[in-house]
Amino acid sequence: MRLPPRFVHVAMLGALWTVTLVAVAALIGIVGWVLAKGLPSVTPGFLFSMPQASGAEGGIASVIAGTLFIILGAVAIATPLGVGTAIYLVEYTRESWVTRVIRYGADCLAGIPSIIFGLFGYVFFVITLGFRWSILSGSLTLALMSLPTIIRTAEVALRSVPQGYREVSYALGSTRWQMVWRVVLPGALPGIVTGIVLAIGRSMSETAAVIFTAGTVLPDGIPHSLGASSRTLAVHFYLLATEGDPETQHTAFATAAFLVLAILVINVSAYTAMHRFLARFR
Amino acid sequence: MTPIVEARQFGVQIGGNAVLREVNLGVRRNEILGIIGPAGSGKTTFLRCINRLGDLEPSLSTTGTLSLDGTDVFSPGTDVAALRRRAGMVFAVPNPLPRSIYENIAFGPRLMGTRSRDRLDEIVERTLRASVLWDEVKDRLHTSGLKLSGGQQQRLCLARTLALEPQVLLLDEPCSGLDPISTAKIEEAMQELKKQLTVVLVTNNVKQAARASDRTAFFLMGEMVEVGDTGDLFTHPRDKRTNDYISGRFG
Repeated sequence: MRLPPRFVHVAMLGALWTVTLVAVAALIGIVGWVLAKGLPSVTPGFLFSMPQASGAEGGIASVIAGTLFIILGAVAIATPLGVGTAIYLVEYTRESWVTRVIRYGADCLAGIPSIIFGLFGYVFFVITLGFRWSILSGSLTLALMSLPTIIRTAEVALRSVPQGYREVSYALGSTRWQMVWRVVLPGALPGIVTGIVLAIGRSMSETAAVIFTAGTVLPDGIPHSLGASSRTLAVHFYLLATEGDPETQHTAFATAAFLVLAILVINVSAYTAMHRFLARFR
Repeated sequence: MTPIVEARQFGVQIGGNAVLREVNLGVRRNEILGIIGPAGSGKTTFLRCINRLGDLEPSLSTTGTLSLDGTDVFSPGTDVAALRRRAGMVFAVPNPLPRSIYENIAFGPRLMGTRSRDRLDEIVERTLRASVLWDEVKDRLHTSGLKLSGGQQQRLCLARTLALEPQVLLLDEPCSGLDPISTAKIEEAMQELKKQLTVVLVTNNVKQAARASDRTAFFLMGEMVEVGDTGDLFTHPRDKRTNDYISGRFG
């Protein structure tokens, strides 16, 4: 028997509404719960003072600084490598087995569990290269982990720039690099920034890969060198939360709430800055 | 005077197919040469070889010679970017870059390192006047080029190409999507421009070639069938195929 189309239309509308509602509710529920439990303890005193009693008391200033350095390092390493690779793949080579191998490799890398990256970082950066548990080792490991995301999103973004723009640029006498720099990159920027922001978010919330490489030492002051060991916010939260001590729970949730807020602020400010820059390209 | 563009036994193969065969054609200085012919006759390919934009097709290869102002376009030492400034092209579809009217025109000069605001202002005004667009846009030079109408966009593209100060202007069906008034303005601009440069006008519109060009060449299936003064070619075509085409029997 065939259902009346009008009935199917209404039923599907209801069903799609429901699944959307469930998805949004889950997101708002989780974020709201973390913020509700943690936000009251996120005070200027908490953010700007050093941790005490293994993090049960005091603030998270040194952890924020450590996270900032590790993430900045990771982005500073992964962005030029990733975007450069994508530019090479899209603008400087023709499709061949080499490009397919690179792309396949990037896809495989994206599917590897982060703890494997942690293990590799530990063996290679921490032990073999002798960087020890440090901000440097953590940055390098997170950079490797972010590379596939940045490469693939940048590649898609570069390919989405209309071929006609490249032709025009050539016809106006630009070299290949001038064409890439002045026409293709501005056009691809939104996609490239999305990839970087995505990578920052994942790096900030990463625990396994950083525990192995940056260590779990709770710094009692702002880290002052790349060789210093440090916790990130996510690791700090993980360690406090797993202690199961009610004393540490409120600092744990305050850390989590701040982490969520920080990722939000980074996303919003990255997109705002990008749109301001792109205003002259429309 | 030697021709500004000269093809000798010039042939083009793309992926093993001969797209142009043994073309012999000279474009005289300060003339408007119209190239007519049905789709697939190789006229656009010919145009795209003059500025080596055909290079974007990796399987393209050529035989014979094609020279611009006496130098072989396909010789290995050619500075392709410089060649493309000497032979500026306007495409069939208006294609402003996503930036302001001003920046579209400044694009070429900036590539060459022109930074002076005064110099760029002067180029923008001069080229917009030459392409009969200045009066329509002089108060909004810093709005997006994409916001203009199709006909205005095409004249912007013409101005942008003129900013390169080319010796030859390659127009690839520049009016195919335009209304009659915009078309008239572009034709008006061409008549003025040929005092300083040479125009090669590929067109699907036989009437446009009859109206605007000094000489006309007829291409058919990769062959240059005949070329002559526009008046002669349209009244006394030497080849029967030309006659059939211009009288609308095919194509």
